[in-house]
Amino acid sequence: MSSTRAPLIGQPVERKEDYRFVTGTGQYTDDIVLPRQTYAAFVRSPHAHAHLRSVDVAAARDAPGVLAVYTGKDLTSIGGVPCGWLIHSIDGTPMKEPKHPILAEDKVRHVGDPIALIVAESAREAKAGAALVEVEYDVLPAVVNLATAAASSTSVHDIAPDNICFTWAVGDKAATDAAFARAAHVTRLSLVNNRLIPNAIEPRAANAHYSPASDSYTLYVTSQNPHVERLLMAAFVLGIPEHKLRVVAPDVGGGFGSKIYLYAEEAALVWASRRVGRPIKWTAERSESFLTDAHGRDHVTTAELALDADGKFLALRVDTIANMGAYLSTFAPCIPTILHATLLAGQYATPHIHCQVRAVFTNTAPVDAYRGAGRPEATYLLERTVERAARELAIDPPELRRRNFIRTFPYSTPVGLTYDTGDYEATLDRVLELADVHGFPARKAESERRGLRRGIGYSCYIEACGIAPSSIAGALGARAGLFEAGEVRVHPTGKVTVFTGSHSHGQGHETTFAQVVADKFGLPLEDVEIEHGDTAKVLFGMGTYGSRSLAVGGSAIVKAADKILTKGCRIAAHLLEASDEDIEFRDGAFRVKGTDRSKTFAEIALAAYVPHHYPIEQLEPGLNENAFYDPPNFTFPAGSYVCEVEVDPDTGAARVDRFTACDDFGNVVNPMIVEGQVHGGLAQGIGQALLEGCRYDEESGQLLTGSLLDYALPRADDLPNFRVETVKGTPCKHNPLGVKGCGEAGAIGSPPAVINALLDALAPCGVRDLDMPATPLRIWQAIEAARAKR
Amino acid sequence: MPTLSYHRPSSIAEVARLARDDPDAKLLAGGQSIIPSLKLGLLAPSALIDLGGLPELRGVRLEGRSLRIGAMTSHAEVANSPEVRKHVPALAHLAAGIGDRQVRNRGTIGGSLANSDPAADYPAAVLGLGAEIRTDRRAIPADSFFKGLFETALDPDEILTAVEFPLPERAAYVKFPQPASRFALVGVFVSLTGKSVRVAVTGAGPCAFRVAALEQALAKRFAPESLHDITMPADTLNADLHGSAEYRAHLIPVLTRRAVTQALA
Ligand SMILES: Cc1cc2nc3c(=O)[nH]c(=O)nc-3n(C[C@H](O)[C@H](O)[C@H](O)COP(=O)(O)OP(=O)(O)OC[C@H]3O[C@@H](n4cnc5c(N)ncnc54)[C@H](O)[C@@H]3O)c2cc1C
Repeated sequence: MSSTRAPLIGQPVERKEDYRFVTGTGQYTDDIVLPRQTYAAFVRSPHAHAHLRSVDVAAARDAPGVLAVYTGKDLTSIGGVPCGWLIHSIDGTPMKEPKHPILAEDKVRHVGDPIALIVAESAREAKAGAALVEVEYDVLPAVVNLATAAASSTSVHDIAPDNICFTWAVGDKAATDAAFARAAHVTRLSLVNNRLIPNAIEPRAANAHYSPASDSYTLYVTSQNPHVERLLMAAFVLGIPEHKLRVVAPDVGGGFGSKIYLYAEEAALVWASRRVGRPIKWTAERSESFLTDAHGRDHVTTAELALDADGKFLALRVDTIANMGAYLSTFAPCIPTILHATLLAGQYATPHIHCQVRAVFTNTAPVDAYRGAGRPEATYLLERTVERAARELAIDPPELRRRNFIRTFPYSTPVGLTYDTGDYEATLDRVLELADVHGFPARKAESERRGLRRGIGYSCYIEACGIAPSSIAGALGARAGLFEAGEVRVHPTGKVTVFTGSHSHGQGHETTFAQVVADKFGLPLEDVEIEHGDTAKVLFGMGTYGSRSLAVGGSAIVKAADKILTKGCRIAAHLLEASDEDIEFRDGAFRVKGTDRSKTFAEIALAAYVPHHYPIEQLEPGLNENAFYDPPNFTFPAGSYVCEVEVDPDTGAARVDRFTACDDFGNVVNPMIVEGQVHGGLAQGIGQALLEGCRYDEESGQLLTGSLLDYALPRADDLPNFRVETVKGTPCKHNPLGVKGCGEAGAIGSPPAVINALLDALAPCGVRDLDMPATPLRIWQAIEAARAKR
Repeated sequence: MPTLSYHRPSSIAEVARLARDDPDAKLLAGGQSIIPSLKLGLLAPSALIDLGGLPELRGVRLEGRSLRIGAMTSHAEVANSPEVRKHVPALAHLAAGIGDRQVRNRGTIGGSLANSDPAADYPAAVLGLGAEIRTDRRAIPADSFFKGLFETALDPDEILTAVEFPLPERAAYVKFPQPASRFALVGVFVSLTGKSVRVAVTGAGPCAFRVAALEQALAKRFAPESLHDITMPADTLNADLHGSAEYRAHLIPVLTRRAVTQALA
């Protein structure tokens, strides 16, 4: 392969993984059936908050097919579910970190909290056995509303009597307050970032197996980061040696964040697999997913923006209450703090920003990262506030944004981040053109002829991706590093297997990463295979979330590939009887500069493994390299979105008619995959804005939206044909690929664009405010309330 | 663990015998309501008596001035039937808007009516057209068929065999879907036959019901303007996450106006 070929990077290469997905030959956790397989079911609390008076498992133990029953009492020798971040309150005290037992000990704290594990010959028998466990509860009042949790006379945990986990802040409060004192205009807004239930199409599942022969465990699990799962499970929960636990995350059908975390069920299965002496499998039912997958968002916020007479932003002041749920999930404390408050500069050169975040416990499922994680919350409050300010000051919303854009880079925000590069004007200009904003008045008039109100709304978002420089993460409370690992193994024939610590559960890494490596070595795509998701194969990994895989995982692979080429040059120098410095790798071959003498990539690979003529004194044989890559900074994807909605004022029904997205992701490896990622993100963002709202009963803490009959996920016909474009953009300055990440952008940028459009449509009705999800009922009620006020 | 037997009889008489002999048995039509209930453990019958082996319960026939639809006719068959599309297009449109493709291919008109889900679509058409329900033992007029939440005039072992729809001059169905389930948050079926106007509402009460005030106004003049200053009381209407009683009360006349406009188009 020494002929020149067009680079694969930048091509919409079809996804290698799709063959097995569309032909149903993928291997998901539930597809794996081990010899002598057993099945598990969990007894779950029907109450949001209760003392366990007694748990009687006798009848369940005797039930047909049941092999074992365990309760919290059996598990006292092992740890609880650990939390991976430590946040400190303003007063310097560490966050309240209550124990999260694997199975409930004395108390249950949310509906769905697991109480007992039943292991049986079949899933049916396990479930039937679970129904025979008799639990006596002393039901306690439930803390449900996050806004009033701190004032509740009930405590979710004894160690946090006021239900406050921490009160954290970032930014210069005095300078911010001073700027407000001299402002010409202040825009104020109270808003709710609605709680979401992730709903990956594949529910969580696990299959745990203990082998007495090797005294070791294997766990197949729906995980976005198997190595982190292994570390937490071995070191912090079970106290078993890390090398005696293998974690495999096979094909995983979507995660959106909800499969990052270590969950109680998985730990219980691993623990029990040794006692039962047979492999144990559990697959969540959809109802269990609703009750127990970590939920997302759930903030109540007040935001204030101070402006001068010219519409320049002087300061931003934000006060947020964030729901942690009943226990601290793996990343939970970092979401409303590090991934939310630090993004509040957005695309704007606001000189002073202060944000306080109070995290509270409630008797609801744990809340953690969900596609975007903190950044959608920041973008929503900022872009709603900016658009409100534009309306109040009668300035065209894009124009107000333009006046405040950051224009010189690197730029250090008042909330701790340094943006390396960006060009916000470029995406805004382009999106206004693509969205045909000039044609809006005509479309509006046409809608009005049909009795509908049309509105237009904007959103300019930024996100911090490529998570994260370990030293910064550590300073911010991470209990782990956030680098990524990669290994490039060149086989004797010159074919390549790449091992990555990133995990693909819909992102298409097997294609994108292969494009990068194939280009690096001048190989055809088929010659490169990507392996991921198995701690026994991959050296290490921090996993996939925070749009980090290509920026961090891809960079680690590039580093390892560079090492391969360096070694290859030395082998080639020996074979070609030249000095190392005279060898260059170009167009798939190692060449003596300025001559026509060369060795192909495959020839060098063979020489490395059949080292008959080899510099064996100076160089080891073989061609296999590892690399760890710790990013020097976050990456900062950004973009501008325009949404047009039509509202039926008689029914409150709203429809997104046009949605235009223009993103700057830096360099793009596979534009088709990027477009798909943006489409998915937009669907979820529009879902959050119009349809999705997790609701618990305020009194009982029962999940009211516990199935797809009541929790509205977006469907294809809820969405318009998106107009999506990535600008040539500003490549990231500090990673070798110049990439920034694209997985979350759509979900981050779109919700405020939708709500801003609705508020534009409804302004003539006198509606000034609207919370998500803007359902027909909500919109109708807002119109009625405005009518009543007139 | 509970066991469940399964029967697939080949005559109505055999169905009747099986149903009479085992009061805990349930009829199985398309399974689109009953199977989810079984899976969720909301229902634990002793046996399922599958009506799928009875071709005489299936199909659409024009009989004089009425359309006879067999109980086991699927939603998709009704939606695509040339007779229905020609004579009662509103009914074909209604059937085409039920659930998704899979549900329409399995679910049946008989199952839907026997189930009487408060948010189901067919009950609005049956009431709104003044249809007659045929069973293995009698004919029940639509007006006395729906009794309450998941409750009908059918006896426990009674078999719904067909529905007879008189042909209207004009008819239309407008459904406002609940955003998550896409059942009817409110659905309104209107029809005009001679001087007789029917307005039937689903989704808003324990079962489908007619609205006399709207019918009277439209009987004077079958036009959307006739409804301009009619409001609905909210006090007896359903309220849930997706719609307050007031919202449903507001939607009923709005959707009725739209249905009348469509019926006149
Ligand atoms: C995802 C989904 C979406 C749906 N969306 C809608 C919607 O938008 N609108 C809507 O109206 N419906 C909707 N449905 C319900 C659907 O229309 C069902 O098909 C219908 O309610 C029941 O019909 P079935 O033939 O499936 O009956 P089954 O589920 O088999 O039976 C339902 C009940 O009726 C009884 N029964 C059945 N046939 C007879 C008979 N001939 N005589 C006496 N009793 C009988 C059974 O014993 C059982 O109690 C939806 C269902 C699903 C799963």
